[in-house]
Amino acid sequence: MKRSNAPIFWALFGAGGMLSALIGGVLVIITGLAAPTGMGLPGDTLSYAKVLAFTQSWPGKLALFVVISLFLWHAAHRIFHTLHDLGIHAGLVARLLCYGVAAAGTLASIVALLQVA
Amino acid sequence: MSASNARRPYKRPMGGWWRKNPYFVEYMVHEGTALFVAAYALLLLAGVFALGRGEAAWNSWLALLRSPPSLLLHGVLLLGFLYHTWTWFNIMPRTLPPILIGGERVKATTITRAGLAAALVASVLVFALAARLAS
Repeated sequence: MKRSNAPIFWALFGAGGMLSALIGGVLVIITGLAAPTGMGLPGDTLSYAKVLAFTQSWPGKLALFVVISLFLWHAAHRIFHTLHDLGIHAGLVARLLCYGVAAAGTLASIVALLQVA
Repeated sequence: MSASNARRPYKRPMGGWWRKNPYFVEYMVHEGTALFVAAYALLLLAGVFALGRGEAAWNSWLALLRSPPSLLLHGVLLLGFLYHTWTWFNIMPRTLPPILIGGERVKATTITRAGLAAALVASVLVFALAARLAS
């Protein structure tokens, strides 16, 4: 019997869902609200030098990679199954749109993070 | 299931079924938070790409982040994430296998409260880390 690949996608969905439920909101506050406006964080939090130093470091790269890729896999899996609930059934197009975007985004994040040398 | 299927089996139409019941409307809304999660991941990705293209590209990205539409968008994203957090831990008692402590099954409300408390602690820690890195 062919082994199902469903547990892999479910695990990525669960991990991304848990990570985003735990810290997604505060990440939006940090990168989208507090740091750009300087309210609650120093005004130069997102200066080129600081963001570059963070993203050049391996812990920084790893954090960004984990957040971007797991968030995308979580969303892909959830949207894929909700499409089914909306009457758009598990076909190749739906699969490619959801998991394809997550896979492409994961690869793109690796490329982008390695470009920041 | 191709269009050329000669049997043409009956398929019950599904248009708007979930709008007829508040329970399913809520279901669709909490499933819909996935769009916010994806949008935020793509924003981060765009930022990393801008950073890789050099200081000028990063500064244009930063100017965009500081613009009112971006702040508004992040405000909306924040609401989406908060709703995701709330629903994620509300559903968790039903997605976890039963947990036994001292022979008693842990109550659903305990699991939800523990999850929300963990989210609060994790968020405070992440913010403190960001403040430390930025100082």
